[in-house]
Amino acid sequence: MTAGILLQLAQTLLALLLAPLLVGWVNQCRAWMLGRSAPPLLQPYHTLRKLLHKDVVLAHDATSLFRFAPHIVFACMALAAGIVPTLANDLPFSPAADVIALVGLLALARVFLALAAMDVGTAFGSLGARREMLIAFLAEPALLMVFFTASLISQSTELPHIVERLAHQEFALYPSMAFAAVAFWMLSTAENARIPVDNPTTHLELTMIHEAMILEYSGRHLALIEWAVALKLFTYSALGIALFLPWGIAPRGDWAALPLALLVLVAKLMLGGAALALLETLSAKMRLFRAPEFLGTAFLLAVLGMLVHFLLEV
Amino acid sequence: METRLGDLELTLTPQGEDALWRFSLTPARLPSFARAIRDEGGQLLALWGSDGRPSGGSFALDTVFLSSLGLIWARCALDTDRPAYPDLAGLFPQAGRMQRATRDLLGIVAEGAEDTRKWLRHDAWAADVYPLRKDFDAAAASAGGGGDDGYAFVRVAGEGVHEIPVGPIHAGVIEPGHFRFSVVGEKVLRLEERLGYTHKGIEKRFEGMDLVTGARLAGRVSGDSHSAYAWAYCQAVEAALGVAVPARALWLRALMLEMERVANHLGDLGYLGNDVALTFGFNQFWRLKEDWLRLGAQLFGHRYLFDHIVPGGVAVDPPSLDPLRVACVRLHDEVAELRSIYDEHAGVQDRFAHTGTVRPDLAARLGLAGLAGRASGQAWDLRVQYAHAPYDQLDVRMATGLRGDVAARVELRFVELAESLRLIGEIVRRLPAGPCRSEVCAHGQNAEGLGWVEGWRGPVLVSVHIGTDGRLERVHPHDPSWQNWPLLELAILGNIVPDFPLINKSFNLSYSGQDL
Repeated sequence: MTAGILLQLAQTLLALLLAPLLVGWVNQCRAWMLGRSAPPLLQPYHTLRKLLHKDVVLAHDATSLFRFAPHIVFACMALAAGIVPTLANDLPFSPAADVIALVGLLALARVFLALAAMDVGTAFGSLGARREMLIAFLAEPALLMVFFTASLISQSTELPHIVERLAHQEFALYPSMAFAAVAFWMLSTAENARIPVDNPTTHLELTMIHEAMILEYSGRHLALIEWAVALKLFTYSALGIALFLPWGIAPRGDWAALPLALLVLVAKLMLGGAALALLETLSAKMRLFRAPEFLGTAFLLAVLGMLVHFLLEV
Repeated sequence: METRLGDLELTLTPQGEDALWRFSLTPARLPSFARAIRDEGGQLLALWGSDGRPSGGSFALDTVFLSSLGLIWARCALDTDRPAYPDLAGLFPQAGRMQRATRDLLGIVAEGAEDTRKWLRHDAWAADVYPLRKDFDAAAASAGGGGDDGYAFVRVAGEGVHEIPVGPIHAGVIEPGHFRFSVVGEKVLRLEERLGYTHKGIEKRFEGMDLVTGARLAGRVSGDSHSAYAWAYCQAVEAALGVAVPARALWLRALMLEMERVANHLGDLGYLGNDVALTFGFNQFWRLKEDWLRLGAQLFGHRYLFDHIVPGGVAVDPPSLDPLRVACVRLHDEVAELRSIYDEHAGVQDRFAHTGTVRPDLAARLGLAGLAGRASGQAWDLRVQYAHAPYDQLDVRMATGLRGDVAARVELRFVELAESLRLIGEIVRRLPAGPCRSEVCAHGQNAEGLGWVEGWRGPVLVSVHIGTDGRLERVHPHDPSWQNWPLLELAILGNIVPDFPLINKSFNLSYSGQDL
C-alpha cells in the first residue's frame, strides 16, 4: 500500500515535470514541419520561470475568484494527471477516482476558468467563456461515451482495471476501440484548444477560444494556467496511451518493469506529439460553427464504438 | 474641350497629355454634375478641401471623379465667411467620411449631410479650431486629454444584443482602429468603425515644404504603398510644373510599383493563410516575400525601395536588372505551387468561400475601389483605363471576379501577382536607355497638378499646389481605403465574429493612409 502511494505520488510528479516538455516537443515538431528553425525543447520551462518571476497585474474589477481560479485549475489538472496510469498500474486513488471523476475534474477546472474569464467583465473574456462552453457541452458527453466503450470491455470504469484488461490479459483486437480512438483524437484537439478547433498561437483576439479566456491573466497566475494547459495535454496523451496503446505500462507490483515503462512512455509521447504536430500543420482552423458538427461526429463515432461492441464483441 | 455629360454642357481643360480633365463649377451645380457622372456609371474617387485665402482666393472644395471621359477633377470655389457645399453622400455614399474629415480639418460644411459626426478629430483639438486653415495657430490650439470623447456610436437594441468593443489597441502588432460590433451570440448585426487614431497632421506638415522633401513625406503616408504615393506625388508636381520625365525613369517607376505590388500580395497571401491557422502558407509566402525584399535591397539599396522616386525621375539606376528576371521566373513557379495547395485545401476553401461577401451591385453603389472592388466586379484599374506612360505601352491585363468573397479577393491577388511578375519581366526586357532624371525648377507662379497611380490596394491620388515661392502650398494624398473601409462594415454583416479578422485581412486597408 505504501509502495502504491509512493508510486502514485511519483507518477503525479512525473506528469508535472514532463508536461511542459511535451509542449516543447510539439512546438519543436511543428517548427520543423513548417521549415522553421525550432525553439529550444526546454522553452516552456523558461517561459514558466519568467512568468513566475513577473508581477501580477490585476484588473480593477477582479474579485478573489479571479485570483483563486488559476490555483483551482492547476490543482484539478494535477489531480487528473495523477489518476491516469502512466508508468505503473498501481494507483491507490483509483477506486475513488475513476474516469467519470476524471471528466468531472476537467469540467470543474473549465467552469472556474470560464467564471474567472467573465469575472473581469471584458468583452473577450465572456466571448471566450461562451465559446469554451459551446465546445465543452458537446465534447463532454462524447468523451464519456469513449470511456464507456472502454469500460464495457473491462467491466469497470477504473482506469487501472481497463489497462489491466487491455494490456495484461489475453491479447484481443477490439473493433469498438478503433471507433473510440478516432473519436478520442477529435475530442482531444477540441479540449486542448488545438487546430482545427482552436489556434493556440493566434494573436487575433476575435477568433480565440481558450486564449480569450486567459487574456487578462499575467505573472504567476498565467504561469499556473500555462502549466495547467500543458498538464491537460499530458493527461489527454496519457489517457490516449492508457486506452489505446497500453502495452508497456508496468503491471501491479512489478517494480522491475518501471524503467522500461518510463522509456516506453517517453517514446509514445514523442510519437503522439509528432502526430499532433503533423495533423496541426496539415489542417486549417475550421469555422467556429463547424465545431459542433466536428464534435457531433466524434460523439457519433463513440456511440458507434459502443454499438460495435455489443454487435461483435459480446 | 466642349462636351456633354447627360444633360450637362461641360468645358473641360486637359492636364498635359493625360486622361485628366479640369473643371470649375459653382457649389450649386455640384449635385447635378455629380448625378450626371453617377448616371453614366462613374464614381467619386476623392474629395478634399483647401484654404486659398492667403493667396487671394477663397476656400475651395475639390472632387475627382472616374468617368467614361477620363478622370475629372472638379473644383468649387466656396464662400469665404461661411464655406459650405451641398452634400454628395446621398449620391456617392463614399463621400460621407471624406466630407466629415474635411469639416474637421477646414470647417467646410456639407449642407444637408445625414451624418454630421466628427471623423478625424479625437479631442486633440477643439471643435471650432481647423488645423488645415492657413490662420491655424498650433501653439494656441490646446491638446485635449485622451479617454472617452463621447463619440456617438449607433446603438443596436433588442433581445440578447450586446456590443463587443475591439481596439484601438489589439493583441497583435497592427495599426490602431476601433471596431464596435453589435452581436447576437456570434452573429454580427452591425459593425461600426472608428478610425483616426493615426492622425499625424501630414497634410499640415506638407505646407511650406520643398518639392524633394515632399516626395519623401508623400511616400510615407502609408508605408506599404510607398512607390504608389511617391509616384503620384511626383506625377502631380511634374504636371504642375510641366516637367518632361525621361522615359527610362517612368519605366523604372513602373518597375518599382510592380515590385511593391508583388511584395504586398505575397505578404497578404501569407497572412490570409495564417488567419485560418494554416501556418505553413504563412511561412512559405513570407519566405518568398523576404527573398523578394532582399532582392530589392540588392538591386536598389532599399528593401522597400524607399525614396527612389523623386520629382523629375528616379534617384537610382541599377546597372543590371538580370537577377530580377531570374527571380520572377522562380517566384512565378513557386507561387503557382502554393496556389494549388490553397486551392485544393478543403479546410482553407471552406473558410474563404462565401465569407465576407460584397455583391457587385453593393460595390457599385458604394464605390468599392481597387483590388477589393475588382473582386466584386468593379472593373476599374487606373493602369488600364487611364494608363499613363509606361502603362499605355504595357497592355496590362485587368483581373476581375464577381463573387466578392474572401476567396475572390485571394484569387485576385494570385492573378495580379502573376500579372505583375509578367510586367516586371516585360519592363526589364524593354527598359529604354537614356537619362533617368531631369531638372525640376519652380517657375515662380501658382501651379497645380494631380497624380494618379494604381497602387496594390487601389487608386492612389495626390494633388499638389505649388506656391509662388516654389514650395508646397497644399498637398492632399488620397488612399483607396477611404472608399473601402465603409464596405468592410457591410461585408461582415451576417457573418460570425471570429470570421472578422479574415475578412478584414482580405481587404487589408490602410489606417495611416486615411487618418493622415
